[in-house]
Amino acid sequence: METLVALRGLTVDFDVGHRVIRALHGVDITVGKGEAVGLVGESGSGKSVTWLAALGLLGPRARVRGSVTLAGQELLGAPARALEAVRGRRIAMIFQDPASALNPVHRIGRQIGEALGLHRGLDGGAARAEARRLLDRVGIADAARRLTDYPHQLSGGMNQRVMIAMALAGEPDMLVADEPTTALDATIQAQILDLLRELRRDGGMSMVLISHDLGVVAENSDRICVMYAGRIVEEAPTAELFAAPRHPYTSGLLAALPDLDGPRRRLVAIPGTVPEPAHLPPGCAFAPRCPVVLPVCATAVPPLESAGPGHRAACVRVRRAVAA
Amino acid sequence: MLRYLSTRLVRALLTICFVVTFAFVILRLSGDPALLILSPDAPPEAIEAFRKSWGLDRPVWEQYVRYFGAIAEGNLGRSMRDGRPALDLVLERVPATLALTIPALILKLVIGIPAGIYAALHRNKLADRMTMLFSVAGFTVPSFVLGLVLVLIFSVNLGWLPSGGQDSWIHGILPVITLGTAGAAVLARFTRSAMLEVLGQPYIRTASAKGLAWHRVVVDHALPNAAIPTVTIVGFMVGSLVAGAVVVESVFSWPGVGRLLVVAVANRDLAVVQTILLFVAATMVCANLTVDMLYGWIDPRLRTRRVAGAG
Repeated sequence: METLVALRGLTVDFDVGHRVIRALHGVDITVGKGEAVGLVGESGSGKSVTWLAALGLLGPRARVRGSVTLAGQELLGAPARALEAVRGRRIAMIFQDPASALNPVHRIGRQIGEALGLHRGLDGGAARAEARRLLDRVGIADAARRLTDYPHQLSGGMNQRVMIAMALAGEPDMLVADEPTTALDATIQAQILDLLRELRRDGGMSMVLISHDLGVVAENSDRICVMYAGRIVEEAPTAELFAAPRHPYTSGLLAALPDLDGPRRRLVAIPGTVPEPAHLPPGCAFAPRCPVVLPVCATAVPPLESAGPGHRAACVRVRRAVAA
Repeated sequence: MLRYLSTRLVRALLTICFVVTFAFVILRLSGDPALLILSPDAPPEAIEAFRKSWGLDRPVWEQYVRYFGAIAEGNLGRSMRDGRPALDLVLERVPATLALTIPALILKLVIGIPAGIYAALHRNKLADRMTMLFSVAGFTVPSFVLGLVLVLIFSVNLGWLPSGGQDSWIHGILPVITLGTAGAAVLARFTRSAMLEVLGQPYIRTASAKGLAWHRVVVDHALPNAAIPTVTIVGFMVGSLVAGAVVVESVFSWPGVGRLLVVAVANRDLAVVQTILLFVAATMVCANLTVDMLYGWIDPRLRTRRVAGAG
């Protein structure tokens, strides 16, 4: 598969005044053309930061290093103009809470029209007609009337559809969906996920689905990356990850997930909490919570190593298994 | 919308009634106009006659009822000093005051709002810290101190500008700068914090993620939202156009409403003081009403809520 976007050794440091806190410790992710990649982890693991950093959306307090390429073009350190041409046009992004992600003082039609003007040079009647078509496309009934509504007049699910319509306005090569259903009701969640799947199937768009919910990601990704404390700890094709997880953290996430077809079993929670970025343990960040921890885990951070075809995991036990 | 407006109007009238009553009570409690205007050594018969002619010999409640009745008929009474209608005395001073406060308001807006926006956009950089330093200095230094310092520098030492009086527009420069400085400082702080609040909102990130250039994100998405809290403080400034220059008028001997108020209070010239307070209350109330209506225009969330509320 041809690579569309590649993140290499991406690190992010936040300057919080008296000190600098590292939120991302060298992340490598590639997304192929038309591929759907899921990014899973608990809150604070760096999933959102990864993609906000890639698009230069983190603000002046963040220092981003490494490399982000889009079809070979380097985005990190690119001039503002080059980044503006990528955002929305090549890579679009939708966010967790659609109600606050839309500007409360502008009408829906204007907010979509803005993207249409920017990326496709449409304005006036042509922009209105296209905005209406996009609202239709994302399943909003009575699209013509909705264009003159303000975000507070729509429900959360409708607002997320508007966000998706806005993202589609630039006909992007890739959509980054950052927890797109977390703030929504369960039934609406399913509808939004269906919509995203349908759009991807029709348009051949690549997609990165960021979620803390392995269940949400499982049905919508070809490949899954699991993040923990600012690092990728495991990466595998979706079926493989579910069948043969190699990192104890992934196993923990799977054990916490209810099984629909299998026999009834008790769900197991992972003990403890994610360490704060400022107080990471010296070795493997998961070691304090790991059920199969070894003495060596506290001494060095395990690198991400091959654990089979297309499968990589960052755990000392993987190396031992390969060596044995 | 009609019901919304009518409740606002009723509330505005109540506010004015309250101010008038308050002024009445405080002034009657704080000294006898007869003694002040005629001097305490005046013969008792003269004092008695003065009290009788102004109705001060009657019970306080009766004075209050008469006073309110007269206001309702549009009669604001006469000055006890020179017998002229209080309304005339006040009205002839209004233009002089506005000649200071309106240019000062423009100065506040032109300096305060851009400075606040600039500071917010350069948060924690040198420009921001300098702006905020000036802002803190601007509103912590009392206006009479600033006025006197300006007089010391520009009138006494440099001899560039007159220290007082109202002979030409040049006489207005120092009072306008004195008035404008504190207001610009307050407005800069307000605008800065409103902008910072808005710049941290998710819809700003959405606008950037859409591919908009930063200046368009600021102009099209941040400013309209930051205007909502800023309008409140500007409305307050508009409301104090008539009475906001009491101290500065005194420092620069500017013959406006503020100086009239100071003199009238010192003399317990009841009708004049009450007329001025009524004026002040009325302008403040009008400004507040305007702000309330502007809110509805700027913030669609309030507009629809109101329409829904008004049925």
